[in-house]
Amino acid sequence: MVVFSLLVVNKAGGLVFNREFHTGLATLSSNDLLILAGTFHGVHAITRQLAPAPVQPPNTPQNFPVRASGLEVLESSHFRLNCFQTITGTKFLLITEPAQPNVEIIIRRVYELYADFVMKNPFYTVEMPIRCQKFDAALDHFIKSRP
Amino acid sequence: MASPASTPSVPSQALRIAPSGLRYPTNKKTIYDRNLNRTRNAELSRAAFAFLFIEMINYAQRQVKGITDLEKRLNNQGYPLGLKLLDLLLSRSSTPGQPPTTRPTRLLSLLQFITTTLWKALFGRPADALERSAASPAEYMISDNEPLVNTFVSVPREMSQLNCAAYVAGVVEGVCDGAGFRTVSVSAHWTGNEDGGSGAAGGGREKVMWPGKTVFLIRFAKEVLEREEMLGKAL
Repeated sequence: MVVFSLLVVNKAGGLVFNREFHTGLATLSSNDLLILAGTFHGVHAITRQLAPAPVQPPNTPQNFPVRASGLEVLESSHFRLNCFQTITGTKFLLITEPAQPNVEIIIRRVYELYADFVMKNPFYTVEMPIRCQKFDAALDHFIKSRP
Repeated sequence: MASPASTPSVPSQALRIAPSGLRYPTNKKTIYDRNLNRTRNAELSRAAFAFLFIEMINYAQRQVKGITDLEKRLNNQGYPLGLKLLDLLLSRSSTPGQPPTTRPTRLLSLLQFITTTLWKALFGRPADALERSAASPAEYMISDNEPLVNTFVSVPREMSQLNCAAYVAGVVEGVCDGAGFRTVSVSAHWTGNEDGGSGAAGGGREKVMWPGKTVFLIRFAKEVLEREEMLGKAL
């Protein structure tokens, strides 16, 4: 069970963060990574529209419509790309082995670390590339401490 | 007289407005009636502080010339807090019913007060070490392995000298000055800097274990030391 890498895509579709935790994937050039992030962002936006209009569950308040989530998992023979989109539109793309369990929990925790060490950092400007030592350190510690 | 409707953030039925314009709650529980010793339930949200601290740093960053200037501004923001905390913490006694603690008059008791009472009130734990500088008798060092204000702060590489705990240094300076111990300066340093003095002697392993270890260097004024010497002889 291996978590290969994490990409963070801002709401405009730009890659703001990437980090490799485990070797196993061929390293892409930074240009290719940018294209991957941008393309995924575009495909995600289209797949959100593709979904049929959701049926409103009877007891949901009208102010909170259930939205189509868009593309969430992309799977190949050697890896699985899991996408988690926050309410503000930031996307976390976690590339893991296909058999990796509990991805939901890992990605939630990554979001928590992002909220702590990126959003609460006085020197970070939103939507800009993330360069925070403490975020890197906390991510490494979290991913590597997992059994 | 302000109408209650003009201040929507305050529930109008909870406040009555006296003819003088002073507001006080209807249950007569003003801030003066409350118990001073509210330490157990007085904990605040760390996230709320983190966001407030971001704005404080952004405010301090406007029109600064350099890192020293920025640290000076953060220091100035903490100073009034230190002056007020000294009085507040002294009037709070550790056990209810006991008379309040007296103001520290000797150097060591002041430093003890800072590293235990002040640190516990602000951060919920005592400071990690208190040392006297080998270089000068007027310099004392308080170290904190992981300052609360720096929990979420990653300083960019081009400003690596900056330590946002300068704010805490300002609080310490306020306490010292308020107690009548004039300081030349109180500053916050990362250990590993040459400025950290002999506090940096911890070696490489400590640096790995506590990457955010900060030393507060307190330089007392000359007259404080002279007085201290006289008091020492009198006893």
